Order: sequence, then structure tokens, then C-alpha cells
Amino acid sequence: MTKRKAVALISGGLDSMLATRAILDQGIHVEGINFFTGFCVEGHTHAIRKHDKPKRNNALWTAEQLGIKLHIIDVIEEYKDIVINPRHGYGAHINPCLDCKGFMVKKAREWIEENDFDFIITGEVIGQRPMSQRKQTMPIIAAESGAHDRLLRPLCAQNLPVTLPEREGWVDREKLFDFSGRSRKPQMALAKQYEISDYAQPAGGCCFLTDAAYSTKLQDLWRQRGDKTYELDDIMLLKVGRHLRPQPHYKLIIGREDGENRFLEGYRRQFTALRASKHNGPLVLLDGSFNNEDLQQAARIVARYTQGRDEESVDIDVTHHINGVVETLSVKPMSSDDIQQQWHI
Amino acid sequence: MNIYQLDARRLLCPMPVIRTQNFIKKLEAGDQLEVTCTDPGALIDVPTWCRINGHKVIGTITEEDEIRITIEVDGS
Repeated sequence: MTKRKAVALISGGLDSMLATRAILDQGIHVEGINFFTGFCVEGHTHAIRKHDKPKRNNALWTAEQLGIKLHIIDVIEEYKDIVINPRHGYGAHINPCLDCKGFMVKKAREWIEENDFDFIITGEVIGQRPMSQRKQTMPIIAAESGAHDRLLRPLCAQNLPVTLPEREGWVDREKLFDFSGRSRKPQMALAKQYEISDYAQPAGGCCFLTDAAYSTKLQDLWRQRGDKTYELDDIMLLKVGRHLRPQPHYKLIIGREDGENRFLEGYRRQFTALRASKHNGPLVLLDGSFNNEDLQQAARIVARYTQGRDEESVDIDVTHHINGVVETLSVKPMSSDDIQQQWHI
Repeated sequence: MNIYQLDARRLLCPMPVIRTQNFIKKLEAGDQLEVTCTDPGALIDVPTWCRINGHKVIGTITEEDEIRITIEVDGS
């Protein structure tokens, strides 16, 4: 008998781990797939800020625990249309969760067609998430992705119509589950049954677009540009530093610690950079357009974040990215009262 | 056996893993790939990716802010 093959969407969280394990236990060959959108919390951000030790990538870690291969796919470019024009709209912030899930299942469907696999599994649970994991949205994802009955959700399969792998007897529906709702207890119990004690966050929190502060920064970027576009560097920089917009036409990105300063160093060729020459302080990038008056204002703000903040004058080196010219501005640090609350994005 | 080099400096994980994965797809069994990264997360992620996909890490060197990971491509 042909051994059937499934691809599992592996997020690095518990649900996709359990769903995969349930199908592996039925003798199916499973490989994992993970999509990198640029907004994934999992992965790179831990590398920016200083930590005692680097954090693991949970999708890779999960795959290793399950003993399966993992294919990580860069979907940054294609994903832009999901973020910018979500057919089903946004959630509480600018999270296009339903479109996102449909997109990922569609990409998985394309992958199984290219690689001669039989079906797709996800860790979705009816009622687990308010936008994308509801009884009404499950068929929408299956239909819009083109996966139809090749999409199996092992953790809630018994609450859904029979899918191809169940109908064909590739998997036993009786050995699947009927989880529903927001409670995590069934997943915890199943994890215990599988003797899985180490896993990443139980649910959610995998995407920066669900984060209020991040969403505000992205909306500010779009507002100032006058259109909803972005490049990878834009969305990376929104994750880093303190963002202050003292004028509509420019903002400062201020490193908060050594790791962020080092990360921002990599952008010196793309942005004008400011840093105190005689005092300890952050590396700051200027994003936007600015004149000499703006530069003076920016330098005074930068001086505020240095160890010379209480001095009469602080020297700030301004490195212009266009020609590499460095000029030194001697400025009086701005007082904390003069740094307006509404400048903070 | 050929030796190849991949520059993944300034890329943050998982991009060094993705670039490594995509590069190795084009290589033959026994070929070696030397990946240079600056993200310390690559020290964990690239070897993990290699283990789960059957490739062998045959050397890791860390010099200042750069990490060089040498991988031997699996034949199976």
C-alpha cells in the first residue's frame, strides 16, 4: 500500500505540534512547512536585542522534536498583498488573520501539488481565535485556498465535514479530535498524553501585526508615505528602537541598547545617522526628509538620550548617508518636558 | 566534491536558514557549503535545520561578529 504523505503547517506553537503528532501516529509520512512573512515574531527579532543566550526558532525545534523535515519558505513579497489589501479586513489591529490563513493554506496546496503530497494538516481549532478560527471561517479557508477536502484539521476534525484523507481511509477519523473553543485544557491534556512537556507559547502572539504598538508604527509609516507599501527593511526597523516623530516629514529611530545599536549600524548607508561623539549614547537613524533646522532639533533630541543630557552642550556627529560626510553639531540637550508625548509613535 | 560559499551576513534568522536551504537544493551529495552569518541565532538555527534534513555540520568558527558554518550535503 502506498504510504500517504501530508504537509503540516508548523508555526512553532503547541497546536500544530499536536496535530502533526496525531497524523504521524497514524502512519502518515509528514513534512513540515513554515512561511516567513517578515512579520513573524518567531525567529529574527530575538537576534536584535541583547540576550544572555540566543533563543531557538520554535518551528525548527518543533520539527526536530517530531522527527520531521521542515521547509521554510520566504513569502515576503507575495504576502504584501495580504497585508495591504485583505479581502476579509483586519482584526483588532492590522492583522489580516483570515486572509493570512487562506494564503498559507493556498501556498501549502501549491507545495503539495509540486511535491506530490496528498493532503495538508493544520493545528486549527474551531473557536480558538476570534477572527480566523471560527466554524464559519473553516470552509472559507478550505475553499479560497483551493485545498478543499485535502485540508485536514486533526484537532477539531470530528466537528467538521469528512475530508478526503478520512473518506479514503488514509487516516482514521475516530482517532482524531473534537476540540473547540478558547480553552487550552484539551491541548494541555493531549500534550501530556504524548509526553510533550516543552513547547512554545500555547497560542497566539506569532505575528507582529497583532501587536498594537507595532501596528501603530506601520500605520504611521503608511500615513507619512501617503500609500500602503513597505519593504523588508521598513518592517524590520519598526521592530527596533524607540520611534519619535517630531515633524511630519521625518522621524528618529533610537537604539535602546547595544544589540539594537549594532543592528542599526547596518543601516548607515541608507539613513543619515546621529551619535554623540564624546558621551555614551544611542545610535539614531533619521528616516524621512529634513533641513538644517530639523537636524538641530534631531541632534538636541539625540543629546537627551546620552549621558550628557544634563550638560550645557553635547557634540553630536551627523553622518550623511548620501555622501558619507560627517558634521559635528554642538547642541543643548532637549529637556524631557520639551520631548512631546505625541512624538512617540 | 565542490566547496561553495554563501554570504548571509546582516540577515536575521530565519533568512540565513532559508538561504542555506535554497542553496543546498542546487548542490550534489558530498558538496560543502560555507555559510557566513552575523546573526548569533544562526548558530542554533542552521545546525538544527541541518540535523532535521540530514545534512552534516562539519565546522563552526566564530570570529568577532562573524560566524562561519561549514555544511556537508547529505546524499540520501
